[in-house]
Amino acid sequence: MAASDAHKGDVSMRNAFGSVLAFLILLLIGVLAFSIRLFSVIKYESVIHEFDPYFNYRVTQFLTKNGIYDFWNWFDDRTWYPLGRVIGGTVYPGLTLTAGTLYWLLNSLNIPLSVETVCVFTAPIFSAFASWATYLLTKEVKGVGAGLTAAALLAMVPSYISRSVAGSYDNEAVAIFALIFTFYLYLKTLNTGSLFYATLNSLSYFYMVCSWGGYTFIINLIPMHVLLCIVTGRYSSRLYIAYAPLVVLGTLLAALVPVVGFNAVMTSEHFASFLVFIIIHVVALVYYIKGILSPKMFKVALALVVSVGLAVCFAMVAVLIALVASSPTKGWSGRSLSLLDPTYASKYIPIIASVSEHQPPTWPSYFMDINVLAFLIPAGIIACFSPLSDASSFVVLYIVLSVYFSGVMVRLMLVLAPAACILSGIALSQAFDVFTRSIKFQLPSLSDHSHIDAGDASSENVVLDDTIKTDKSEDTPKERTTKRSKKKEKEPVEKPPSKSQLKKRLSVLPFEASIVAVFLLVLLVAFYVVHCVWAAAEAYSAPSIVLTSHSNDGLHVFDDFREAYAWLSHNTDVDDKVASWWDYGYQTTAMANRTVIVDNNTWNNTHIATVGTAMSSPEKAAWEIFHSLDVKYVLVVFGGLVGYPSDDINKFLWMVRIGGGVFPHIKEPDYLRDDGKAFDRVRRTEIGKKYFKLTHFEEVFTTHHWMVRIYKLKPPKNRIRGKNKRSKSKTSSTTTSKRKGTRRNPF
Amino acid sequence: MSKKLIVLFLGLIPLLCTCFSPDTPSDRRVLVLLDDFAIKSSHSIFFNNLKSRGFDLDFKLAHDPTISLQRYGQYLYDALILFSPTIERFGGSIDAAAILDFVDSGHDLIVAASSNASDLIREIATECGVDFDEDFSAMVIDHSGYAVSATEGDHTLIASDDFIKSDVILGREKIKAPVLFQGIGHSLNPSNSLVLKVLSASPSAYSANPNSKLTSPPSLTGTSISLVSVVQARNNARILISGSLSMFSNRFFQSDVQKAGSPTKHDKSGNEQFLTELSKWVFHERGHLKAVNVKHHKIGEVDEPALYRINDDLEYSVELYEWSGKDWEPYVANDVQVQFYMMSPYVLKTLSTDNKGYYFTSFKVPDVYGVFQFKVEYERLGYTSLSLSKQIPVRPFRHNEYERFIPAAYPYYGAAFSMMAGFFIFTAVHLYHK
Repeated sequence: MAASDAHKGDVSMRNAFGSVLAFLILLLIGVLAFSIRLFSVIKYESVIHEFDPYFNYRVTQFLTKNGIYDFWNWFDDRTWYPLGRVIGGTVYPGLTLTAGTLYWLLNSLNIPLSVETVCVFTAPIFSAFASWATYLLTKEVKGVGAGLTAAALLAMVPSYISRSVAGSYDNEAVAIFALIFTFYLYLKTLNTGSLFYATLNSLSYFYMVCSWGGYTFIINLIPMHVLLCIVTGRYSSRLYIAYAPLVVLGTLLAALVPVVGFNAVMTSEHFASFLVFIIIHVVALVYYIKGILSPKMFKVALALVVSVGLAVCFAMVAVLIALVASSPTKGWSGRSLSLLDPTYASKYIPIIASVSEHQPPTWPSYFMDINVLAFLIPAGIIACFSPLSDASSFVVLYIVLSVYFSGVMVRLMLVLAPAACILSGIALSQAFDVFTRSIKFQLPSLSDHSHIDAGDASSENVVLDDTIKTDKSEDTPKERTTKRSKKKEKEPVEKPPSKSQLKKRLSVLPFEASIVAVFLLVLLVAFYVVHCVWAAAEAYSAPSIVLTSHSNDGLHVFDDFREAYAWLSHNTDVDDKVASWWDYGYQTTAMANRTVIVDNNTWNNTHIATVGTAMSSPEKAAWEIFHSLDVKYVLVVFGGLVGYPSDDINKFLWMVRIGGGVFPHIKEPDYLRDDGKAFDRVRRTEIGKKYFKLTHFEEVFTTHHWMVRIYKLKPPKNRIRGKNKRSKSKTSSTTTSKRKGTRRNPF
Repeated sequence: MSKKLIVLFLGLIPLLCTCFSPDTPSDRRVLVLLDDFAIKSSHSIFFNNLKSRGFDLDFKLAHDPTISLQRYGQYLYDALILFSPTIERFGGSIDAAAILDFVDSGHDLIVAASSNASDLIREIATECGVDFDEDFSAMVIDHSGYAVSATEGDHTLIASDDFIKSDVILGREKIKAPVLFQGIGHSLNPSNSLVLKVLSASPSAYSANPNSKLTSPPSLTGTSISLVSVVQARNNARILISGSLSMFSNRFFQSDVQKAGSPTKHDKSGNEQFLTELSKWVFHERGHLKAVNVKHHKIGEVDEPALYRINDDLEYSVELYEWSGKDWEPYVANDVQVQFYMMSPYVLKTLSTDNKGYYFTSFKVPDVYGVFQFKVEYERLGYTSLSLSKQIPVRPFRHNEYERFIPAAYPYYGAAFSMMAGFFIFTAVHLYHK
């Protein structure tokens, strides 16, 4: 097919062939990105995962049922009882609207998929999009070859897989695509200077703002890059076009999202962009004046402008400081502050520190999540510096910042992953470029095919990408066959050296070294593929509401959570309130359809502290707190029987800390005594109190493996007992009955 | 055949419905447990009084092995009278726990003890919040408030007129004569809000064994001794506990009474009036309230909304009735309040009434959204407690319910439009005026 055309030696035909191939490869990358995320569906079932996705799923159900206006104005009275939550104004609607649109589209095409199915598969679909966006972004930086390599790497990077397996219906699923695509459009505008792309960029930024709070990363990274360009003397009108419309349009659009609203102009996260906006105008003015004045006049004007400009700048800074001081959050939000100062959260905000994904990552988690990319990044950075362009400097800045952020919060590893893929793609692409060229020029036996311009980076990289593909396609036989055939078609292209590029012979490496290096690189990439597939299949596919364990006597499935929620939905009254630690709030509302006191949207610290206090109080005090909140049932998670480690005992110290943060009578040292007698299998320690009886609560349901236990609040006693002690009356009764027995026998 | 059965059954339905109707809170079937059947005749005035009010009395010996309170999970009786102070163990399936379960499922109980009350009776009383004197031989003795009688006794027969001041419990008519009492006293825990002292001893009374000399100060003295107490449990079951069985007897009912130190001699003791009125209260012939037709809606509308918006004006109404023993009569009071409650009351209003049982008010929903409750917590002495709560969410404004144009923002509108116009003119000039 296309291969025979390529043999004609027509350069344009070769380019056409290359782009068709690139298109096919991209398509396959998309398929790969989608299918590698289906392990969770195959190994478990098509089900929504974890905690937050259940909320998103519930919101999506509401959206598809009631339409967008009701969604916007939705006041949810089933969470945060009795405060309620204005969902429409406190949620990032991007994900929900995306899945809702998808659902609506499919149903209007008479494809009757359920909302749940659409939600489950949204993340894999968008990870395919994200791969393609990575291709586009990297293409802007280093050409098609690097783009394809980066896209292939991103399609299976474990860090991203962890947040986008089928069923992981969370904001990040679409936000990573939006993030990469926004960066791509920024670089595209920067490279072309087209106002069209600048407008698209703003829209893409708007989508990102809709989708995820991580949009502040964009609105800080891009100004930093602009500042970098200005400082390094790279100011151009393209830079201006790339930046100024983004700030103006982007801020206006961001303010349209209810959850952001005036925050777009009032919180410190956005101030950097405004400051840079002013600076770029000053710089533009300076360049303009420089253009119309003679050099001497310009010097005079410069002195004047600098003095005036400094004064204006000081005024601006003063205004900004005043704004910061008067803004409602007193500057930065807690999460942003904990980004700048990694110890901030653990010191001041236990509720942020208590979330495991807000903890700093450990070194193994880098290896787990980005694997060999960690070693390729430095090479990628070097490749970006030769030569340094606007686009490549952006990528370098991106990786530097994201490495820092990922070091602060393990969750932001997700932002690091695309940058790592892009730079590794560049590094791999450049390396293969050099090595294959060296091999090619030193294969004289094949010099009779002298018609091909093999130096062309794009076709070259298509080839090397092919080699990667062959390695990774072990798992899907169908893909392998197509790949193999394509590789065979491609081989003649690969081998012939080009006479027109003889001048490049000077930079070739020794033949044997190149062969070995290519082999080693392929091995490296193969290892990466193996690791990614393993991570997708084993590490990141568990839905966390269904647990499995392998033991000697086979596979055990722990479906206790759904058992408990089903019990709640079938056995309790519709308006009953269920209290639990906030982790289980979203699941309870979504699966059991019962009102909860607190949930995973941790907006009200006092309310969570109240529940934390109740959980860490003695029985009577806890009963009173729960009763004042109209709670009927208390749901606790207990892993001691089957060895489920992340149960409520595990979280208990956080309940104490969060409760103690608001109610000072709860003190952490009071809960750190060790007088254990019974045995807890998870923590392999003995527990303190055994054989206790509850007086104000009663157990109403325990799941099969004891993982979820539901307690009911007993109603207040119908009668109040007198003072006479029962034990006393018992003892006296025995004595008196003897006495009376002797005196009179009633029978 | 089957058709006939169905017809029969259909005919029975209204009958069954009237039987179990919650609309008649008065008791009908009463089980009376006696120590021996002599009490049936010696206390016949009290029993006949009950019978004449329509009660169906079932007399059984307390140790009769066939007695039972329930069959197939249904209670056979609406109330229980324990006139068996010395019983150590009930016959049949009845024990203290069964009796307390009977009370906890909303049934009424009259317990009469006497000077040698058994542990069983004491335990039942204690569970209800009444502590009889722990000394088994103790009786209430009052050397200044005793009833004058022909034989100078040990002053254990006392005449008391220290009643609770409540028309609901003791009826509107004032009890003229003192009540004769002979038996043991009990004390109540002051922190117990459910139990009420109906007849208390005089300040000079004390509880001790009349046949022995006092060696130590008596544990119960003065007005802290309660002679007759009533308990209204949280489920509105009512319990009457008396330290004296003989105060129900014909002899005490008919005896003349003269309180020591008092010149007036009454021909007839107050026992009959006192116990009749008290039994009316205990058997829910008085002081039983019900609330019906709890309604709320926006002013100008009729239907009850699923939720309100902040700053809505709403009307709340409820109808309160009191059971008179025969039918429901409008309850009239001016102190019924409604709360609009979310963790604390945001609105607290006294309801207006039309004196026909209809209570209503209107107020503005506060400027706070959340899940509110309409709460009526009406607890008055002697009346059953009314606790109504109805959950209602209050939502914030919808996006299109805010004011569209704010006067204060006109400078901004002006700025925006003048900017647009200025930009247009500038563009035109810049492009076409070279």
